Amino acid sequence: MSDPRELYQQVILEHNKKPRNFGKLEACTHHAEGHNPLCGDELDLTLIIENGLVQDIKFTGSGCAIDVASASLMTGAVKGKPVAEAEAMAEQFRGMVRGELEPGTQTPLLGKLTLFSGVKDLPSRVKCAVLPWATLHAALKGEEEASTE
Amino acid sequence: MSTLLQPLDVTAIRKDFPLLSRVLHGKPVVYLDSAVSGQMPLPVIERMSKYERDEHTNVHRGVSTLSQEATDFFEAAREKVRKFIGAGSIKEIVWTRGTTEAINLVAQTFGRMTVKAGDEILLSAMEHHANIVPWQMLAEEKGATLKVIPMNNAGELILDSLDELITDRTKLLGLIHVSNVLGTVNPVKQIIARAHARGVPVLVDGAQAVPHLRVDVRDLDADFYVFSGHKLSGPTGIGVLYGRLELLEAMPPWHGGGSMIRNVTWEKTTYLGAPAKFEAGTPAIAAAIGLGAAIDYLTELGLDRIAAYEHDLLAHATERLERIPGLRILGTAKEKASVISFVVEGIHPHDMGSLLDGDGVVVRAGHHCAQPVMTRFNVPATTRASFAYFNTRDEVDVLVSSIIKAIELFK
Repeated sequence: MSDPRELYQQVILEHNKKPRNFGKLEACTHHAEGHNPLCGDELDLTLIIENGLVQDIKFTGSGCAIDVASASLMTGAVKGKPVAEAEAMAEQFRGMVRGELEPGTQTPLLGKLTLFSGVKDLPSRVKCAVLPWATLHAALKGEEEASTE
Repeated sequence: MSTLLQPLDVTAIRKDFPLLSRVLHGKPVVYLDSAVSGQMPLPVIERMSKYERDEHTNVHRGVSTLSQEATDFFEAAREKVRKFIGAGSIKEIVWTRGTTEAINLVAQTFGRMTVKAGDEILLSAMEHHANIVPWQMLAEEKGATLKVIPMNNAGELILDSLDELITDRTKLLGLIHVSNVLGTVNPVKQIIARAHARGVPVLVDGAQAVPHLRVDVRDLDADFYVFSGHKLSGPTGIGVLYGRLELLEAMPPWHGGGSMIRNVTWEKTTYLGAPAKFEAGTPAIAAAIGLGAAIDYLTELGLDRIAAYEHDLLAHATERLERIPGLRILGTAKEKASVISFVVEGIHPHDMGSLLDGDGVVVRAGHHCAQPVMTRFNVPATTRASFAYFNTRDEVDVLVSSIIKAIELFK
């Protein structure tokens, strides 16, 4: 088991303190709410998707630093990307934090999101990191709710 | 509490708990999570291990010497429980898997027998889910309703309106003795007297009370008193339902099967009396014997000495924590057991829990199976430190510096 403190790197702490893309898109085309019943994390995700691109994305909600930083970094990472790429990122991210990737697997799409790779050693926190991505996945599939239950 | 009490020899006591010498993330473990589960001292572990190694068989079965021996140990443990909580008869001590099962047992036997459509079950605002959900399920089944005794911002029950909350339709009052979140010690004896004055029976959830204070069910005049072995320095998988004999005898059995019958034919089965009537199947024998050993251990240390020592730790921790800017303690009742829930501005309790864990400090972060308490205090969760007789003031200080470090990191 790795030291939980290693997860709390400056980038994560900074995004928790000043989350990017925080708010609600009134004219959204896609929307989903995420819940993490274990922690009580709540996430509300709104997106504008046009021509197969994530034109804009915002989130509101409350949660732990891992959840908020994950949502902040996720929205930054998928904005402007094709929907298919956002889905692929979600897939890679979930694989990474759940420790389900084959050793040596490259995650070129994730970039600085690999900051969260340490979460896989803290099973109790995996759901916090995954919640934004699960909510994104739900929104893209046209589902209203996502839960990490 | 007598001032003549010799203080506990905590240095010696700690040697009975091997886990306390573990190292987590390079730091000595500081176990401040006894409200989640108490640690078992070596004499308990050894007693259970001896049973499994040298004495294991089934109880209440046949004529073999081994079975008789196991039955004797098992029943001796029941007698230890009886004496520990001041019950009048061992027939009033029913083994269960834990507090939760004990409450479900009462809800599904006594509850089903007495609660009808339109009736009311009265609970306190600080109940654990274990003393809410079984009653909610029963209320749904019967068309009954739940009513709640409110609490103030200090985490004390507001009893002014108790006489109005108890109505002619109230069939049971469920009450937590010591709050697992707030540490509040409720004035159970007084509340029971007021309920009894109106003919309402009372079930007391004593899971967090028995480790911290001396309980006498006859002095309290409780109708049902329930608790778990693993919060009492004993093992998981065993718990106790105390019920007044008269009530237990009037109640129908719960689970059917072996050990609870007098006679079985294809036409009809007759049942044994209490407690056997409620103990179908093979029980957790080693766990029951282990709980008996835990009671011996605690009795030898002295419950009053334990209470005095824990009270000192609580006072020290409260004083140190209160001085941390941005930290708010939830639960500031006048009468408290050694449990402290807190929140820190700007830091989610789960982050706090993880950061403390990194320093080897084991606490609970979450809703503590008491979501209505979280809602009452308008927080998603809290971090909770709970102190036992093997903890030290130094460990409290480690907690405090670790919290301060976390606050610095989040600045």
